[in-house]
Amino acid sequence: MSPELINLIIQATFESLYMVGIAALLGTAFGLPLGVFLATSRKGELFAAPLVNRVLGIIVNATRSTPFIILVVAIIPFTRLIAGTSIGSTAAIVPLTIASTPFIARLVEAAIREVDGGLIETASSFGASPMQIVLKVLIPEALPGLLLALTLAVVSLLGYSAMVGAVGGGGLGDLGIRYGYQRFMPEMMLAVVVVLIALVQLVQSAGDYLARRVNRRLRHR
Amino acid sequence: MNAHQSLAIGQPIAKLEAISPAAAEADAMVRFERLSKTYPAYRGKPGVNALQSIDFAIPRGSITGVIGRSGAGKSSLVRLINGLEKPTTGRVMVDNKDISALTGRELRLAQRSIGMIFQHFNLLSSRTAADNIALPLEIAGWTKADIKARVAELLALVGIADKHDRYPSELSGGQKQRVGIARALATRPSVLLSDEATSALDPQTTRAILDLLANINRELGVTIVLITHEMSVVRQLAKEVVVLDAGHVVESGHVADIFTHPKHPITQSFLAEVIGDSLPVSLASRIVSEPSAGGQAVIRVQVRGAGAGDTVVARLARELGLDVALLSARIDEIGGRHVGSLVLGVPGSEDMQARVLAWLSQYQFSAERIGYVA
Repeated sequence: MSPELINLIIQATFESLYMVGIAALLGTAFGLPLGVFLATSRKGELFAAPLVNRVLGIIVNATRSTPFIILVVAIIPFTRLIAGTSIGSTAAIVPLTIASTPFIARLVEAAIREVDGGLIETASSFGASPMQIVLKVLIPEALPGLLLALTLAVVSLLGYSAMVGAVGGGGLGDLGIRYGYQRFMPEMMLAVVVVLIALVQLVQSAGDYLARRVNRRLRHR
Repeated sequence: MNAHQSLAIGQPIAKLEAISPAAAEADAMVRFERLSKTYPAYRGKPGVNALQSIDFAIPRGSITGVIGRSGAGKSSLVRLINGLEKPTTGRVMVDNKDISALTGRELRLAQRSIGMIFQHFNLLSSRTAADNIALPLEIAGWTKADIKARVAELLALVGIADKHDRYPSELSGGQKQRVGIARALATRPSVLLSDEATSALDPQTTRAILDLLANINRELGVTIVLITHEMSVVRQLAKEVVVLDAGHVVESGHVADIFTHPKHPITQSFLAEVIGDSLPVSLASRIVSEPSAGGQAVIRVQVRGAGAGDTVVARLARELGLDVALLSARIDEIGGRHVGSLVLGVPGSEDMQARVLAWLSQYQFSAERIGYVA
């Protein structure tokens, strides 16, 4: 493979990492509080607001059921409003964030719901405020689950990022389609797939390692 | 347990003999006033009257047992004391504050003077023993230095100073409950609620934990409320007892009074768990309903704190000149009094047996003939 093509792969890898990295950060920034709220706002729960919970649940489901490629083009005006342009890697972060937020929120919700309800009761019984319960009990106790959820989200984002080529987002997926498929360069396709596999492995291993490290339930002397 | 002596925290223990209305009025730590709790019907499940017309007081500095079967309303009672639930009618006074009227920040402040320990310990798996104990102090806004000193003090108090950096998954059940107790005492509460705190522990560990609670009560003067379904827990630790059944208080008072003269069937059934009115299988299988020549009548004598239960056989033999056989006996001590039953084999004629029964009733022993053995 020529140095130009290798350079293309390196550049595309950085584009992918940039888009996925920022989208994962923003998705977590929005998805974590949203997920915590979804997990604690049903009737009788910490921040009981059943109606808001319902409405947010419907919005989350709607966003998650919209195919990503349709989401990307449907929100182009919104993307332009936020990023100033609708083309390129930076612009692609907008739909990636919007797709990952409800996904992360649902994973966070599930992880938080795994925390033993007795611990909420315990903390309440010694006078913890709802916010203290979230910060000192729910999030620390759910941390292994949260890290695994985040890992899953990053891996999914890598997959999504392959589709933002449709709006000139660049990245590995785009490179694979344009060179590997449209220009009949199977070796390029193969190289892109290999890099993606390596990235996913790396992310998953790192996530598993961190989750295991913070999981005190499994620690024994 | 020298660690305990070095800790002179808390107030002196108020001495109270029984839950008498006058004394309770004057110095109750927890007082239920005409309280009822009803859970409304929800999603097709019918409403539940969890507690009805509850009216009793828990004396300051006492160890009071609240005993009942599951569904008797014990859990609701606990949640009402620590303000996690509001009564439907009536109120709960804790340390002369109406906890049922408090909300928000005021309630959270009041809750810091009520410690609680749980059946399943409810420790945070993500925190070490020391950090679990620190949690209520962090919540109460203590400084790091104060927390550190207090946690060290508490770990020593509950006898696990060496487990400072251990995570709950590395601790035994008894050690976990010690962490739970230390955590409950962290903010120097005046009441400690124990919700089935020993139900998940083996008998030996249960005994050690109950001893620890007794020490804490004695040395810190903390009022302890023991919620339990196990008579043995009440017997070992409590001075006062409240018997709950189907949302009502069916009996309450001094442990010795209640369990030497149980009135309600529920109380009697709890008593039977410790003293056991059932006969040994080998004896029960030999009992027949008709007398036989040369056989003995089987007479069961209830010993209920009248004293001298231990000498009844000797006196009976001496005063009536009879060779009385002791077929089975079970005597236990509850609140310093003897409670149990003796099963005697009495030889001789119908006439002689009638004299034995008359002699027993003369000394206020309740006795009955339950059959004959050959």
